[in-house]
Amino acid sequence: MNRRLSKSHIYGWLLLMPAAIFLIAFTYYPTVATLAKSFFSQGTAIKPSEFVGLENFESLLEDDIFWKIAWNNVVYAVGTIPISIALAILMAVWVNGRLPLKSIVRMSYFTPTILPMIAVANIWLFFYTPDIGLIDQVSRNFGFASHNWLGDPDTVLGCIIAITIWKEAGFFMIFYLAALQTLPPELEEAAYLEGASRWYYFRRVMFPLLMPTTLFVLINAVINSFKLVDQLFILTKGGPDNASSLLLYYIYEVAFSFLDQAYASTLTVVLLAVLALIAIGQFVFLDKRVHYR
Amino acid sequence: MLIKLKSQAKKLVLAVTLGLGLTSTAFAVELTMYYPVAVGGSLTKIVDGLVGDFMKENPNIKVNAIYAGNYNDARIKALAALKSGKPAQTSVMFSIDMYELIEQGAIVAFDDVVKTADEKKWLKSFYPALMENGITQEKTWGIPFQRSTIVMYYNKDAFRAAGLDPEAPPATWDEMVSIGKKLTKKSGGNVNQWGAMIPSTGYPYWMFGALSMQNGQTLMNGDGNKTHFDAPATVEALQFWKDLGNKYGVMPSGTIEWGTLRQNFLEGKTAMMWHSTGNLTTVKKKAKFDFGVAMLPAKKRRGTPTGGGNFYIFKKSSPEERSASLKLIRFLTQPERTAEWSMKTGYLGTRADAYATPKLMEYVKDFPPAAVARDQLEFATAELSTYQTGRVRKLLDDAIQSALVGSKSPADALSAAQKQADRLLKRYR
Amino acid sequence: MSGMNRNTGLSFHLETAAAWLLAFLWMLPLIYAFWSAFHPPEYATKFDLFAPLSLENFRVAWDQAPFARYFLNTFMLVTVILIAQFILCTLAAYSFARFDFPGKSIAFALVLLQLMIMPEVLIVENYVTMSKLNLVDTITGVGLPYMASAFGIFLLRQTFKTIPKELEDAARVEGCSTLQTLWKVYVPLARSTYVAYGLVSVSYHWNNFLWPLVITNSVNTRPLTVGLAIFGAPESGVDWSVITAGTLLAVAPLLVAFLLFQRQFVQSFMHAGIK
Repeated sequence: MNRRLSKSHIYGWLLLMPAAIFLIAFTYYPTVATLAKSFFSQGTAIKPSEFVGLENFESLLEDDIFWKIAWNNVVYAVGTIPISIALAILMAVWVNGRLPLKSIVRMSYFTPTILPMIAVANIWLFFYTPDIGLIDQVSRNFGFASHNWLGDPDTVLGCIIAITIWKEAGFFMIFYLAALQTLPPELEEAAYLEGASRWYYFRRVMFPLLMPTTLFVLINAVINSFKLVDQLFILTKGGPDNASSLLLYYIYEVAFSFLDQAYASTLTVVLLAVLALIAIGQFVFLDKRVHYR
Repeated sequence: MLIKLKSQAKKLVLAVTLGLGLTSTAFAVELTMYYPVAVGGSLTKIVDGLVGDFMKENPNIKVNAIYAGNYNDARIKALAALKSGKPAQTSVMFSIDMYELIEQGAIVAFDDVVKTADEKKWLKSFYPALMENGITQEKTWGIPFQRSTIVMYYNKDAFRAAGLDPEAPPATWDEMVSIGKKLTKKSGGNVNQWGAMIPSTGYPYWMFGALSMQNGQTLMNGDGNKTHFDAPATVEALQFWKDLGNKYGVMPSGTIEWGTLRQNFLEGKTAMMWHSTGNLTTVKKKAKFDFGVAMLPAKKRRGTPTGGGNFYIFKKSSPEERSASLKLIRFLTQPERTAEWSMKTGYLGTRADAYATPKLMEYVKDFPPAAVARDQLEFATAELSTYQTGRVRKLLDDAIQSALVGSKSPADALSAAQKQADRLLKRYR
Repeated sequence: MSGMNRNTGLSFHLETAAAWLLAFLWMLPLIYAFWSAFHPPEYATKFDLFAPLSLENFRVAWDQAPFARYFLNTFMLVTVILIAQFILCTLAAYSFARFDFPGKSIAFALVLLQLMIMPEVLIVENYVTMSKLNLVDTITGVGLPYMASAFGIFLLRQTFKTIPKELEDAARVEGCSTLQTLWKVYVPLARSTYVAYGLVSVSYHWNNFLWPLVITNSVNTRPLTVGLAIFGAPESGVDWSVITAGTLLAVAPLLVAFLLFQRQFVQSFMHAGIK
């Protein structure tokens, strides 16, 4: 017994080893190294890096741009998450129902998922461009004045949010579609026989049953709201005046345009802390049912 | 002598190891050069051609040109390469990267590489305005190569339609406003044609360098450790830029996209645009109307910043590699070749004697816009470049944009930027 | 009866119209890309039913950037990542599904942590690691951070767990070693999971941008997305005709595969989602 158990130990660890090495090298080590670097100053040829304690975090607190971007990221999350989830449910219900041309509609919803953001960003740039862009061309027909969508700090983040919703709603739809197909059809029939309205059925029966999927999608949507920044590279570069900049884009800028790895690490620590909080929330609140079925 | 001996010894060793006398495959010096250009364009072919000519003339030097994308990419790549195994010996990089490269200890001054009187004379053969971004601490660190300025493109047909003289583009700020008003055509609440557009994304600090120079104010000192963002003339310049949109209504308010501006101009949505000379070839090819190119207008004087890339030589290189690099750079900047380069690419000829060559004289006569950029060099100044240049540049970019979109007044935006720039640059004084 | 009503009532028609409208909006970027790519540049921003068709934009795009090389790079990248993911994730998933060892649940939790801390967040530090390993500007360097995928491990573990233990025991009786059992029993039975995970992984890495942008420098390593970003960068002036032509070139293989195997794609994503 003992021997078999220890053999199992060895095999278990041996099989895990290759993946573990990669995870350590490219996830855990960099996480720890990032944390460590955030306590050091940026070194140059003239002035080598030195321990500065919490100095980087102090400059973070005083960095107006950081606070602006953190707020943008909150708006971005609040703007993208509920709408893309609501749309995803709507899409899934439609595509799962008796819709004419269902497969074409489903394909249309899903297509953005397989298009690279960086490529479609240029197309969206055409939609948003003032005067000659699509939105302005269309709205002019209805008598609206042209608007500088990406050049106006009040609308630019909304434009970025719209792209993200477009990109991820169809992806989330798939998860709902899968869940809907596991719901017994008798349930719906029964509800209608009872005289329930569709909305009532959705609110009291379907939505609660979809809860585990919603939680899973929610986590994905939250992660995306920190990860999806590709479109900024083409559309706005975070401007005007940082009105559309997001945390990960700022990290890229600080690290690879300003060459300040120390401050970039400090910003990364903030991002890691946020993600860790979400992860803890996931473990505490969501239980194992959600996706460890 | 020793160098020569050494290189011959190297050749000998190589020949022996090859077992054959194939000296043609044995290069005494091999150079890696980063070049900031998006790959595959026509520019890479021209550079490849020039490098090929050089290697034909210098069979013992091999040059590998690596096309590294935009200026920012090229700088990151070259600096990363220094730290890892395969450094470059020479590169063309953004002229404003000079201080950063010095601070990183990455480059050597050309004064320490040139030896002969001839070489020293060569150092002084470029337009002074183009050298401003290459000289600091009384030494020359960068040699101008791929350089441009801002010019004003204007739609002559639109001028005619508005009853204006197409050969008299605005020469002053006041004229820009009055002519711009005549060119702005509205129907109902919509503007069908704007008077002028100055792009304010991508490189706002660059455009602003022109406005402030026209108002008689530079943006920084020659040591790269002090900015003049809150000088009264600077604030006035930003106020004027903002007024073009908000007060005079000749330009859309808010920011104007750098990338799509050319399309706006080509479609007749704006009658004038300020843009890089780098757009000349495309505009010439695509414009369906009669267009002209003019110097930027003046307030107190005319003015534009220069822009673009300089040659640098890296510190991590042997004396042979340095002199081979120098040889390459000198080869590429000969008047004849500079003339050809300018004709093919639309970039500036970097020295006066290039414009004196018969080919370029002929070309300029046939295509006067090429002369506008040259003549404007007399009024040109350095592009914004300081220590911590990426950060300082962003401070100014943000200040400009926040003023243009109206979230801050020009004075507030610029004084906040100045304060932060001071904090960053204090330790370099 | 109520079913009949639901198919013919006004609200049904309204809903259908709304669903179609949304589908149209969702396809609009792609529709525009086709419009602008197949018409001469002067029609890039003007819509005229009688505009002449043209393939010139594709020729220009193909000449302006080494798309063939970018294709090859993306193809190699996606392949390398997929093979490595399959191997690493299979081994780890097998370990989690069928072996007991001390620290297993902590190890599993640590693996799942990567679902949150994705490689995108760690670009700064991973860049330093790659330059130490001398792997900047190599396809290996682009792929390494993604090779051990928590998602893949999790997905395969779930599948392996559903495979009856008796099958494994039978293989053991026939004298199969651990790896042979894995190869002969588990891998074939998890085929649909591999297809599902493979499709998700390929479409993810075909479209991935930020990390490849950071780590690649040259034509020989740049994947399509980075090549496309440089090619279409607004710095040099936006020319939508050529950019959309380039975009279509870049997405064509994945798009065509998607249109041909739509059902499999959607089902694979569903399969990957409900585990």
